[in-house]
Amino acid sequence: MSTVTQSPTPGGTVAARSTVNLCTFRLHEFMIGIDVTLVQEVLNRQDATRIPLVSDVVQGLINLRGEIVTTIDLRRRLGLPLRTPDDPCMNVVIRTADGPVALAVDTIGDVIDADESLFEFPPPTLSGPHREFVTGVFKLDESLLLLIDLDRVLDPSTIKIKTEVPA
Amino acid sequence: MNTSEFDDVMVEFITESRENLDELDTALVTLEQHPDPGVIAKIFRAVHTIKGTSGFLGLRTLESVTHIGENLLSKMRDGEMPVTQANTTGLLGMADAVRAILDNVEATGSEGSETYPALIEQLSRLNSGEAPAAAAPAPAAAPEPPTPSAATAKAATEAKPAKAKSTRRKAAPEPVVEITDAPTPRRRTAKAGSPVAEASVTQLKPRRVKVNPPAKKVEEPETIEEEPARIGEQLVERGLATETQVDEAVLLQKQGDPRHLGELLVEQGVVKSNDVVEVLKTQAEERPASNESIRVDVGLLDDLMNLVGELVLARNQILQFNASFFDPSFSATSQRLNLITSELQEGVMKTRMQPIDNIWNKFPRIVRDLSLSCGKNARLEMEGKHTEVDKTLLEAIKDPLTHLIRNAIDHGLETPEVRMATGKPAEGTVRLSAYHEGGQVIIEIADDGAGIDANVIRRKAVQKGMMTADDAATRPDRDIVNVIFQPGFSTAEQVSNISGRGVGMDVVKTNIEAIGGSVDVQTVIGRGTTFKVKIPLTLAIIPALLVNAGGERYAIPQVSLVELVRLDGESATTGIESVQGAPVHRLRGKLLPLVFLNEVFGTPPSPSDDAVNIVVVQSDDTQFGLVVDDISDTAEIVVKPLGRLLKGASGFAGATIMGDGKVALILDLLGVSQLAGVSSTSAARAQAEANANRSFEVTNDHESILIVGIGDRRFALQLAHVTRLEELPVAAVRTAGDHRVIHYRDQILPLVTLADRLGVYSQSANDQNLQVLVCGAGERSVGLIVDSVFDIVDERLEYSDRTETYGVMGTTVIGGEVTDVLDIRAFVAQDVLAAAEVAA
Repeated sequence: MSTVTQSPTPGGTVAARSTVNLCTFRLHEFMIGIDVTLVQEVLNRQDATRIPLVSDVVQGLINLRGEIVTTIDLRRRLGLPLRTPDDPCMNVVIRTADGPVALAVDTIGDVIDADESLFEFPPPTLSGPHREFVTGVFKLDESLLLLIDLDRVLDPSTIKIKTEVPA
Repeated sequence: MNTSEFDDVMVEFITESRENLDELDTALVTLEQHPDPGVIAKIFRAVHTIKGTSGFLGLRTLESVTHIGENLLSKMRDGEMPVTQANTTGLLGMADAVRAILDNVEATGSEGSETYPALIEQLSRLNSGEAPAAAAPAPAAAPEPPTPSAATAKAATEAKPAKAKSTRRKAAPEPVVEITDAPTPRRRTAKAGSPVAEASVTQLKPRRVKVNPPAKKVEEPETIEEEPARIGEQLVERGLATETQVDEAVLLQKQGDPRHLGELLVEQGVVKSNDVVEVLKTQAEERPASNESIRVDVGLLDDLMNLVGELVLARNQILQFNASFFDPSFSATSQRLNLITSELQEGVMKTRMQPIDNIWNKFPRIVRDLSLSCGKNARLEMEGKHTEVDKTLLEAIKDPLTHLIRNAIDHGLETPEVRMATGKPAEGTVRLSAYHEGGQVIIEIADDGAGIDANVIRRKAVQKGMMTADDAATRPDRDIVNVIFQPGFSTAEQVSNISGRGVGMDVVKTNIEAIGGSVDVQTVIGRGTTFKVKIPLTLAIIPALLVNAGGERYAIPQVSLVELVRLDGESATTGIESVQGAPVHRLRGKLLPLVFLNEVFGTPPSPSDDAVNIVVVQSDDTQFGLVVDDISDTAEIVVKPLGRLLKGASGFAGATIMGDGKVALILDLLGVSQLAGVSSTSAARAQAEANANRSFEVTNDHESILIVGIGDRRFALQLAHVTRLEELPVAAVRTAGDHRVIHYRDQILPLVTLADRLGVYSQSANDQNLQVLVCGAGERSVGLIVDSVFDIVDERLEYSDRTETYGVMGTTVIGGEVTDVLDIRAFVAQDVLAAAEVAA
């Protein structure tokens, strides 16, 4: 486990404690966890205002009690199959240094105390979400829980902002 | 004594001193032009305050610099020294030194190692060596011992009630005393009530340093605490007593003499009682009559502004809810909320407004220094000093304006010899004016210099490879002059320390545009150059037009809005033509490039309702028509920034929250025009050129003329007489007495059918709706029914008046068609017209 303690990610997804407090949610067929302290709140489906000429990864803008919050479609961001209009959708609002950002997920799960002994680095054969975003896996009794690196997910330099005029 | 309290004192001192310095600069420059004892006295007081406070705060360098300046000033005040340029330069240098020291103190907590020997030397020379008896000898210019800032300062703050003039408002310090290890004996402070206090006093050299009252006195009323210092200081200042005498008297007081300092001095025969009375009188006058204003943290105001923004949004939502909810009491309450919110918004906005003079007051100094160093003779005229601008905007335009002024002197004005040779007065004028116009603040910087020669710019631009020679030759002068705003362009033959590095004008333009403003240049060779800077009144809450495109709402800031054009029926298809594949619309004979918002944004085109809505907007110097699906309404919107994730998104200036709680994007028209490629098309340039001409013409008594159709005839009338153009349903028309009326905007609007009155046979195309010109406002309004509204043109209304027809003033030709000029006074009472003009 020593390697884990040496690589605490800035996103705070893993810390070298005996248990990690994680907020979990479901995305496509995966269970994903993020550090619960980064979560500001969870919202039901919101009608987002679409932003033209911007990557599809940006679902749009929502009004969070007077504050304008950008919503990221996490399925698109992680390269998962798109959700159909009938699929459930919730927003997990994350605190970042530049204000809150919302992640559109399918459904929200429990907040769990994950034992660190259950942690493992993502296996090389990992399929599903883009490897670059997954920092590790917790082998829970009922399923596997993927940890994602929020800093990388929300890095504006990797979200391509389209500016060219469509022909 | 805790450090935060000390910090408070220091911060207040720095703030106040900076304000004093700003006044000082202006006053010194004024003084140079018009020597006035009142002004000298004002300067003297400012310097004196800084000196006094710095002394007891332990800022030795600051004290020595201001002290010597004060000496010079006192001589100037007493008429012993004339007001010369050298003197003013010396004093301005002192002001700069004080600023630098204050900056240092603020940044590092200490004065820094610079002791300004050269400046002190210069000022001493100006002082011509002899000091009057009463004034203390100038302190040595040698470096002061390094200030053990914390300890000394703590000790110094002890002395506050005795000495402080500017910080007097502060609460008395806690009677806690620490023994400090300050290097000089006079800085030593004692434990409360300890006899060391006296001991240190006797060690005092008769200097400007005031005696610290024993700490036990601190709990007594503050007035007594202050008096020894205040009155003693005044007496010394006037040369009525020496510092030793005052110090002795103060010592007596400390030893338990209950009498006031003045009494003691009079008794000792040092001063006459008359003098004391007089000093006390001045003291009373100097005290501010009452504190009408308070200092408020700008951060607090910003928070308040944000909250008001939220309130405006909540108000908008409630008003929207009210529209679908019929409850009289709820309706009344929401109306009241509406009013209160508007007033609150206005009030909070006002707290952030500051007169533009707050930045202008630095300019006289800049102009003076610059003209001296450039060998030019310049006078600065300022008009509209009191024009108010939002504080954040004020900060933002400070540097651009300074740069424009520098440019005006460095590049704009000629040397006195050249000016004389061309028959101009040797003294050049730089004129600053500021005023409000159409919800914007306009600032003009005009010089009467040489003007900008377009051919010089052409040559330079080609030389620098910014354009081809052909391009340069074909582009009109006006276009060429604007090249000065491009990065890397500078015409100065030599790079001076003032300007000419070629990083100027483009930065000016970028900075001004960053706050939603614009800058424009007009120049006449040999006559001068005028820069016109337009900035919005405020950034936080702006009026905007809401439009729909591709199923989303967008807000267009009203400052960029020129007009709205709707093409329906046949003109929807014929009105849009194509020039080399680019869609254009012929607007009053000029080609207007069109941008289809749906195409730019790649959103699906709307299900066509066979009408085309064109929002004519102005961005930069380009005018273009933005084609949208629908135009909904105008609203006051609160501008909110897009997050960091969306920094790269172009075309948007921010977002706002609408009445229904949804988010709408605010269009950045410059971005949109660039996305659509309009900003650089030749059509746009031609249009800009045409606009420039047109706006020039408009000032030459052209006016907006409304052209309407009644029957088969065209009638023209001044648009100024018409408040609104409305389409009202025929079904809503009622007959009241002899009149036809309609319920319109909660008023009963009497209707006049112009066709009947003019004896023309009406052939209204639409049986459902009436085209109504509403004249007047509120209760005093009349609706004129016409058959159709054709156009609005800017023309000079000239007509032949050989007509006897009732209601017609004459006949003219507008747009190639014969048009009768309607005599609106025949149908509408004079007071209604007046009301309309006021409303317009």
